Amino acid sequence: MKPKNQRLVLVVAAIAAVLLAVLLAMWGLRERAAYFLTPADIAAGKAEQGRAVRLGGMVEQGSVQPQSDGVTIRFVVTDGHARTPVVYRGIVPDLFREGSGAVAEGRVEGRTFIADTILAKHDERYMPPELGNLAAEHKAGKTLER
Amino acid sequence: MIAEIGLAALWLAAGLAALQLLLTVAALRAPIDVARTVRAVAVVQGALTALAFAMLLTVFARTDLSVALVFENSHSAKPFMYKVAGAWGNHEGSMLLWVTVLSAAGAFLAMFSRRTGERTLLAALGAQAALATGFYAFLLIASNPFARLSPAPIEGRGLNPLLQDPGLAFHPPTLYFGYVGLSVAFSLAVGALLTGAVDSRAARAMRPWVLGAWIFLTLGITAGSYWAYYELGWGGWWFWDPVENASLMPWLAATALLHSINVLAARGALKAWTMMLAVIAFSMSMVGTFLVRSGILTSVHAFAVDPQRGTFLLALLFLYVGAAFLLFALRTKTLKEGAPFELVSRETGLVINNLLLSVILAIVFLGTLYPLFAEAVSGEKLSVGAPYFNSLAGPLALLLAVLVGVGPLLSWRRERRPVFGKLVVPALLGAGALVSTIILAPHIGLLPRAALAIAAFLAAASILPLTVRNPFRTPLATWGMAVAHFGIAVALAGMAANAAFTSERLAIARPGERMNVGPWLVQLDSVTPAAGPNWTAIEAQLNASRGGGAIKLEPQTRYFSDPPTETNEAAIRTFWNGQLYTVIGRADPSGGWQLRLWWKPFVTLIWLGGGLIGLGGLLALVGRTWRRRRRREVDWRREAYA
Repeated sequence: MKPKNQRLVLVVAAIAAVLLAVLLAMWGLRERAAYFLTPADIAAGKAEQGRAVRLGGMVEQGSVQPQSDGVTIRFVVTDGHARTPVVYRGIVPDLFREGSGAVAEGRVEGRTFIADTILAKHDERYMPPELGNLAAEHKAGKTLER
Repeated sequence: MIAEIGLAALWLAAGLAALQLLLTVAALRAPIDVARTVRAVAVVQGALTALAFAMLLTVFARTDLSVALVFENSHSAKPFMYKVAGAWGNHEGSMLLWVTVLSAAGAFLAMFSRRTGERTLLAALGAQAALATGFYAFLLIASNPFARLSPAPIEGRGLNPLLQDPGLAFHPPTLYFGYVGLSVAFSLAVGALLTGAVDSRAARAMRPWVLGAWIFLTLGITAGSYWAYYELGWGGWWFWDPVENASLMPWLAATALLHSINVLAARGALKAWTMMLAVIAFSMSMVGTFLVRSGILTSVHAFAVDPQRGTFLLALLFLYVGAAFLLFALRTKTLKEGAPFELVSRETGLVINNLLLSVILAIVFLGTLYPLFAEAVSGEKLSVGAPYFNSLAGPLALLLAVLVGVGPLLSWRRERRPVFGKLVVPALLGAGALVSTIILAPHIGLLPRAALAIAAFLAAASILPLTVRNPFRTPLATWGMAVAHFGIAVALAGMAANAAFTSERLAIARPGERMNVGPWLVQLDSVTPAAGPNWTAIEAQLNASRGGGAIKLEPQTRYFSDPPTETNEAAIRTFWNGQLYTVIGRADPSGGWQLRLWWKPFVTLIWLGGGLIGLGGLLALVGRTWRRRRRREVDWRREAYA
């Protein structure tokens, strides 16, 4: 192959690779990004049944109920407008408390949210991105408890 | 006083960096001889930042609470080691560490680089000074680590207990050496583009830096993964968290660069591509720094509320990346075409390696930034996690792993002999692994199954390059390549085994009760309180056995008072064939305790593989520099005889 053609082939290959990556990523993001929903969104029927989503809000005071098997809990997440019951099987993270914010990963089945994971802090000042806003609103005095 | 010395040293270093930049610009435009001056300035600048960093360590070691940063992040009751390590467990301190490594790298470049042409080195030192000037400005204007508090408070706020761990002492500095080591590759690429000297000599000058940075990145990511694994108590080793991706992206780019630089060094081909990768690799370091340090991950809104730091970093990022790309666009036409190669050749193999790594990098990059982008544009909130990354990057990584076994067997320029003959044994091993997983473990997922088969293939294929010659005569760099590629197979096997064969048990247990996990029978003996220097804890005494003798495990939940937090301390036991991982949860009203147990077969191979990959890099680095020195001695001798 002539050097000139070789360079052309390489450039074309690089562009094709980048295009492929972008197309793959767009497809993957459309299919697999988990939308962040609030209880109000779920009440409004925005959640597709069974699809992976994140639920964020405040854990309602007095709502945490350990179940008889000892490792499952039920609680209610609220955003001040609506309430979503959540079921979670596992050890809750260290910072999980009634009256404070939480983000759960899982899916909606019926009217209940089945959580696979409850997110906790990761490093010094890290909060699940979606909670930043809620926490700020909370501080600003727009309390979410009714 | 100590803080003031540190601040003064930082200002002086910033001034010197600006001077260094001006001198190089002047020297590149007019024929004035300032090379020695520039080198001296770079070295002094490095020494001054090192002094500033030492001053920061001192105020932390002495818990000088009149320094705002110490007050916010330290506490007098903290163990000494964490007082010192706490110096870089916060924004300002870690940015100072970043800049210290940056200017130290510049100083080393000025002192030890003899491979590069004088003008290219000068231009590279100018680029390094341009980088440093911007980041000094960022530190001094937006993140002064030495700001004082008056009056001094009587006690500090403490360090997040998650960070109170030996991992903190090593993980961030290791990663930073990697991140910032890539800045030298960036500067040398900019220098070579400016002077038009993009050739195999420039590649050979860049290579030790890229290798060194890559080794640090590899070890930093491996250590960080293990840290998250045992400290978070979730049993996972990689979460596709944006902070993790921030370190993975420079690693992917550096891995691609590491391979293409060999093509440029050995064959003089892939010139523009290699320069581009050098620019991208350090850009990814800066993107990573921006993601972690701007607060944008917490929330786009938090970023908008306190925009100074984020905007500053973003401006620096755009300035440097934009300038480098502009330079690239202007100069790439002037590059001579590289040496030609045939379709089936080592060069083509490395091009495919580069393309696959670039595609994976783009997928990780888009997945990491898309949520930020979506929220900023449409206000829609979403998260991109493991389902996206695993299903897109996973198959591509596996394809790459197969090709890793083939590529090193090809010869440069043109492959005459068919290589498939050599691959019979590895292919049989891979097929054997595939068949045996289908028979022995019919229910595991597709990706783990493929990964196990490919790991078996690659483990055998990766050592083939060592069989070409007498192993003692094989160059150390070839040994390094084989070890690193073998490490990929080991890590892949660990990942697949963990995904396929982990057994998990979550249950409530009262003292005296037993439960099974994998081959283990675990008994909860008792739960007792425990105490440490600045924490109290609930500790479970577990007794685990499988057939033979019993072992004891003591997982804890620790309660810290400054700041008030609790953390899980998992108790982990390592065996040759896996790890037993135990976590204690909350108390149950009936008098039992939540226990979470995992038996993770061969999970340690993940980090062992990571270590081998780093070791392979180290062998290659030693081999390259040592061989070069020997060659230089031969040259000298020849000159002496001539």
